[in-house]
Amino acid sequence: MARIITVTSGKGGVGKTTTSASIATGLALRGHKTAVIDFDVGLRNLDLIMNCERRVVYDFVNVINQEANLTQALIKDKHCDNLWILPASQTRDKDALTKEGVERVLNELSERVDYIICDSPAGIEHGAFMAMYFADEAIVVTNPEVSSVRDSDRILGILQSKSRRSELEQEPIKEHLLLTRYNPERVAKGEMLGVQDVQEILSIELLGVIPESKAVLTASNQGIPVIHDDKSDAGQAYADAVARLLGETVEQRFIEAPKKGFLKRMFRGNT
Amino acid sequence: MTQAQNSASDQSTFRVRATFAPLTHLELTNFEPGRFERELEEKAQQAPMFFRESPLVLSLERLADPDLEIDFAQLLDICQRQGIKPIAIRGGNLVHQTAARGVGLLVLPANKPHSGAEPALEPAPKVEAPAAPEPAPARLTKLIDHPVRSGQQIYAAGADLIVTAPVSAGAELLADGHIHVYGPLRGRALAGVLGNTEARIFCRSLEAELVSIAGQYKISEDLQNGSEWRKSVQIMLREDRLVLEPI
Repeated sequence: MARIITVTSGKGGVGKTTTSASIATGLALRGHKTAVIDFDVGLRNLDLIMNCERRVVYDFVNVINQEANLTQALIKDKHCDNLWILPASQTRDKDALTKEGVERVLNELSERVDYIICDSPAGIEHGAFMAMYFADEAIVVTNPEVSSVRDSDRILGILQSKSRRSELEQEPIKEHLLLTRYNPERVAKGEMLGVQDVQEILSIELLGVIPESKAVLTASNQGIPVIHDDKSDAGQAYADAVARLLGETVEQRFIEAPKKGFLKRMFRGNT
Repeated sequence: MTQAQNSASDQSTFRVRATFAPLTHLELTNFEPGRFERELEEKAQQAPMFFRESPLVLSLERLADPDLEIDFAQLLDICQRQGIKPIAIRGGNLVHQTAARGVGLLVLPANKPHSGAEPALEPAPKVEAPAAPEPAPARLTKLIDHPVRSGQQIYAAGADLIVTAPVSAGAELLADGHIHVYGPLRGRALAGVLGNTEARIFCRSLEAELVSIAGQYKISEDLQNGSEWRKSVQIMLREDRLVLEPI
């Protein structure tokens, strides 16, 4: 059985798809068979971020409607082995996602891979609900600002009350906080919420902090998940997050503003 | 509501309230006037304040001889000399009860066998044991040990509510009774929602959007201006006003 991990946030534009692409890639790079599903039916983006949009023939909704089988719809990633993408449909809406259909696809996929990453749409409507309902774990992507934190809190409440695990009274969904677009300098100036502030409000375990980085936008535009860019701080931060997801203990980086000293900068490049 | 209360107090000179006051029981095993007086005197000297001004019930349920003849007038005299004021007897046979009424004592029904009263003066565990399984008719309490998130609402119907985790902004707690929050209280807390003005809210860190007791409320803006913000406080209703007190 695969572990089903939902990447969710409530708020839009915080980095869910970027995170889904990098976490899925990271797991695959570590040798785990991984599938990543785009639940954002009607506004598909994952295939762009993963640079496979020109290879989409069948999509998630086709598989749900049994117009295509899973093998036909899964797209093998070009950048690494062990990774498959199940793209969303651009021409349908989210009502096409039926609970039975999603469950059947997840069950079938579970037999082929070790990890299933569900890239949730924004909001708390049907699409987001479908992406989280079957989850074993959830990565809650949050920006260090109040409205994003509030929406994440709302999502955490829904995860604990409306998921399959909660309905079957199983062990609750394991929640991880991923703080993205983090800028330690602005935190130091008091312009942005700090890690501790966010953690205090959400009180869940911190999976990682992804610094605000030019590398993220560059990677998105090139269609190469930023985790491949192991020179960049964001790429390294995602690699750390993947390691923590796999149960490793990795010290948090990118939380403190870099000191202006020459030596410090030299060392930072190497750590 | 205030109006209704005022008009009610205008029309009536009293109101009836059910309250509980402790009643001291004096359990008689035997009654020999001379010995009784001696022993009572000793007891009263040991704890002079214990018997003074406190209503006393003479229990006849432990009489060695249930049909023992008792001169209640004499018994009352003895008690009076020690400054003790019996108001009633409990149990006893028909003769006892008639005689007691004759000297102005009330007659209370005998305790049920397992009401917690000792069956004898000596501890008797064999009767204590069956008493244990019967739970006191305590008020139910709803306990929440996970964070209450934005958008979630928890209602403790007819009960108190205890939350041992944080209550997020955008979350709502409702209880007919008291509300206790041991994490930071950042959402809304409404105690006594059915109008119980005795209900209170207790919290370790007051950061609430709104607190309300029986419909009287304060919003975050008012709370933040007070010195109790982010402090450990209890909130109660006093003369129709919400009062915050540090705890």
